[in-house]
Amino acid sequence: MANSLETKAVTKIYQTDTGVTRAVDSVTLAVQNGEFVALVGPSGSGKTSLLAMLATLLSPNEGEIIIAGQSLMEMSDRERTRFRREKIGFTFQANNLVSYLTAMENVELMLRLNGKYDRAGRERARELLARLGLGDRLNNLPRQLSGGQQQRVAIARALIHNPALVLADEPTASLDTERAYQVVQTFANLIHEQNRVGIMVTHDLRMTAFADRVVQMMDGKIRRVIDNHEEITGFSRGTLSSAPPSEPRAPRLVPRLAPS
Amino acid sequence: MLPIYLSFKEMWRNKGRFLLFSLVIALITVLVLFIAALADGLGNGNREYIEKLNGDLIVYKSDVALSITASQLGREKLLEVSRVPGVTDAGQVSFSSTVVRYQGAKELNVSLIGVGAGKPGEPPVVQGRGLQDRQAKEAIIDRNVALTTGLRVGDNLTIKSIQGAKEKLYTLQVVGISDGRQFFLQPSVIVPDLTFEQIKPGAVPTGNESDLISNIIVVRLQHPSQWKQMESVLASQVSGIQAVDKVTAYENTPGYAAQQSTLSTQQFFSLLIGVLVIGGFFQIQMLQKVPQIGMLKAVGASSPVIALSALAQIVMVTVIGVAIGTAATLLMALTFPATIPIVFSPMAIVLGVVSILLIGPLGGLVSIRYALRVEPLTALGLSS
Repeated sequence: MANSLETKAVTKIYQTDTGVTRAVDSVTLAVQNGEFVALVGPSGSGKTSLLAMLATLLSPNEGEIIIAGQSLMEMSDRERTRFRREKIGFTFQANNLVSYLTAMENVELMLRLNGKYDRAGRERARELLARLGLGDRLNNLPRQLSGGQQQRVAIARALIHNPALVLADEPTASLDTERAYQVVQTFANLIHEQNRVGIMVTHDLRMTAFADRVVQMMDGKIRRVIDNHEEITGFSRGTLSSAPPSEPRAPRLVPRLAPS
Repeated sequence: MLPIYLSFKEMWRNKGRFLLFSLVIALITVLVLFIAALADGLGNGNREYIEKLNGDLIVYKSDVALSITASQLGREKLLEVSRVPGVTDAGQVSFSSTVVRYQGAKELNVSLIGVGAGKPGEPPVVQGRGLQDRQAKEAIIDRNVALTTGLRVGDNLTIKSIQGAKEKLYTLQVVGISDGRQFFLQPSVIVPDLTFEQIKPGAVPTGNESDLISNIIVVRLQHPSQWKQMESVLASQVSGIQAVDKVTAYENTPGYAAQQSTLSTQQFFSLLIGVLVIGGFFQIQMLQKVPQIGMLKAVGASSPVIALSALAQIVMVTVIGVAIGTAATLLMALTFPATIPIVFSPMAIVLGVVSILLIGPLGGLVSIRYALRVEPLTALGLSS
């Protein structure tokens, strides 16, 4: 099966007040289509910086990133924006939806951005939202939806334009356990069904239960990769040897970026 | 289309907030248009008679700083001016202020203007006929006097004038009605020059034409386009006078320039306040939308989409505000009494409306620039 995502010795260096920090240090990773990867690690381990580089929002200082056969290294800012719009789907921890657009309109937004807003697209958006259990919430504004429903709308928006790569940044951060499980399970199922590459950053190790692979980061490096289903289950339950318990939420440390 | 779609949806789903802000812009529009109308009305009230004079140059006594009331020109100056080559006609014009009594005891302050019958200075009539005799007890009233008093051609007009310490009433026949000819913000009654000498307040009539003293002489030229050269020719050939064109004349009317510059300053500050208010509103709104803009950029919305969306919203809010404000101004103007000197000239309305339509985007520029600088990284809680 083809690797739709490859990183080759990707490194990100931040210049902070206390000196130079290698937030991501020579990370090499290959993910196949239809694979759902959970990226875990404590605050400052480099997982969000890696996610930002995969999303073309940050440029690595060293190394190479290839998504859907295209290297991100030679792209101009404009090309990156276009690439992000066409090839990447995104869900965020918060502020996921446009507050003045309904659930349906939020999903359709990606079609409009890509110039693919037509009847077939609208029908696909309706079906996707219905599949996510929001068939009766199509015309609700985000403020009229619960946190879990908002995340499901964001998942639909991330998938509607058939992206090669779907990124989720802490998608369960504001949800209770039951809803968090529902959201991640739905997300994983759709990644598998639609044969996309899915990367999820999470602090909540329980959510890794639905992943095909768990990548644990520490100090900017990949500390451990778990791809055995039983080991993943053990890791998510905290029973696997050396698996840390679920980490408490910590404020995200934001270093000042060094010129790339 | 996407920028307009986004801005329209945001406005539609937040109708109350945007309508309130459009009303603020409407109030600024009302203020700007009223000041413009007031400037036009006051300016018009001061300059209308001079501006509409059927002559090309106005002659003053020299060394009076173009003050009409200070200028005194005798009959011999009229004759000298008339003899200058290039002058086709000239007429003496005198000004005073008096009162018209009408409908019993009602009174109206008017400018009393003495002119030579059939000479430059006498306005053309829109009803009736012109003045025919220099001593006749007849008058032309301007449109404003006619509207206020209800006097018509053929009616008798009563002028109340103070002679010495006594009040005297003079009866004149209205022979014609001219268009609006205000002078010093008062409507006008135009009478023959020798009649003027008899009925003006503080009159010392001699009955002798050669003793007639006027304030200005209105000159008609053979070649009106050569007015600039003729100013110098007149000043060089007739001693003790100064000739100027009509624009220079009314701009030097006492208080005119100060009044107009005061109103222009008020208008400028109204527009400046408009820029700051519009800029402030959109900037505050933009600050509230930073996370959302970061998210939109992160999912691939380009900078032009973000900027055009912000601009489209500013333009829509401004257009709605200006439309409400203009309509409200014109409706309110209908209820204003005629005594308030406001004139809504099409040019002033267009200028005011265009100014506010331009200050909207100008005020919003800062917020648009700010939106462009929001980084998509903010969607991930990062910043550079």
